[in-house]
Amino acid sequence: MENVITLQSVVALSGSYPILSGVDLEVARGEIIFLQGSNGTGKTSLLRAIGGLVSISSGTIYILGQDLLKNKRVLRQKMGFLSHSDFLYEDLTIEENMRFYLKASGAGLDHIDQALDHMGLSGRLSKVLTSRLSVGQRRRAAIATLIARQCEIWLLDEPHAGLDADARDLLDSLITQASSQGVTIILSSHEANRAVELSTRVITMAGGHIVASHLSTSDEILIPKSTKSDSTNVA
Amino acid sequence: MLHDALLIIRKDLKIEFRSKVTTNQVAPMAIVILILFAFALDTHQHKLILAAPGLFWVAVLFSMSLAIHRSFSIETSSSTRDGLRLLGLDPGGIFLGKVIVLTIEMFVLEIILGFGIVVLYSATLHNYFLLISITILSTLGLAAAGTIFGSLASSFKTKDTLLPLLFLPISAPVLLSATKAFQTELGTVIGSSHPWIRILGVFAVVYLTVGVLAFGPLLEEQ
Repeated sequence: MENVITLQSVVALSGSYPILSGVDLEVARGEIIFLQGSNGTGKTSLLRAIGGLVSISSGTIYILGQDLLKNKRVLRQKMGFLSHSDFLYEDLTIEENMRFYLKASGAGLDHIDQALDHMGLSGRLSKVLTSRLSVGQRRRAAIATLIARQCEIWLLDEPHAGLDADARDLLDSLITQASSQGVTIILSSHEANRAVELSTRVITMAGGHIVASHLSTSDEILIPKSTKSDSTNVA
Repeated sequence: MLHDALLIIRKDLKIEFRSKVTTNQVAPMAIVILILFAFALDTHQHKLILAAPGLFWVAVLFSMSLAIHRSFSIETSSSTRDGLRLLGLDPGGIFLGKVIVLTIEMFVLEIILGFGIVVLYSATLHNYFLLISITILSTLGLAAAGTIFGSLASSFKTKDTLLPLLFLPISAPVLLSATKAFQTELGTVIGSSHPWIRILGVFAVVYLTVGVLAFGPLLEEQ
């Protein structure tokens, strides 16, 4: 199957501290990858590196067959990132935020109403200033923007955080639906049970690199070449 | 680039229209500065007239510093700066958009301050066309320099105190040239303002060019 994301020996530093220390990863189209690991193991840094938000000091990142460093602008438009922050402007309404993000990313405005409807934000709520929304509503608005952008890759950092049970179920169904339509998804979540059920592959991170990788439907551990000794320990 | 600049202009102007930070906070502060200078030099009306051009531009400079801070605080709440980076917009377009919004906001403020120096300092305005040209060129130069350093400062935790430290010294040439040009046009100094206007034009072009070229790396700076 076609590889959508390929990382080779990616190292990223924060000052002199390695936040990613030699990550090798290949992700095929339509896969749902669940990144697991305790706090500070590099899950968010890996997602940010794929999104081009973290400068890498060595290694290569290829997205959709293109070098991320050389084609950052073009490739970023094909990726949607749901972060701890919602990236919404406080003094704009939900709809205005969405319109801005869609126009700026070169996406059409055709899917706004559908996405708002999906996330339960249509009608008067879409005209409310973001600063007046609850955390959950803001999260829903960020997800609605992600859906409406129709990106090929979704990078989801703690997507379940701040959502109520219904919204979490809704998000899970959206992720599954998107994956079936060919969207490649990498997510990190502390909702391990939910995320494992959702994913096609589970990747375990420790110390800024991948220590284990296995299909979520099997117990077989796929050991990354560069981290055999570490992964054996974890396994 | 222009398409991206227009998007930023529409977004930032809409946010300013809603939040009214420039009209409710920056403009009153600029007027208070003018009033305080008037109190300080009250017994020397002649000195006040002579100092009016410089005081006008000092008030503009401090107000610009606040406006730049506001322009980038929009992009730091909810990590919208990362959001902008992820959109794949042309950094030069983002820079131009920010500069144009700052120029528009400050130009409106400068009109108010113009009335202020006439009323408070008894300044006389002569050539409106040249005064407006000087004001636009100076504001463009200040906005461009401010946007470069505003972006740089916003990636540091100490951004609030760092911005004036970076911006005020670099804006000194524009302040000096704008004051000299205003002195001529307000009739406090005899001579021509044209050489100063040319210098202001050069500064505006240089800062704008540097900004368009350097804004990409600055935006990516963590």
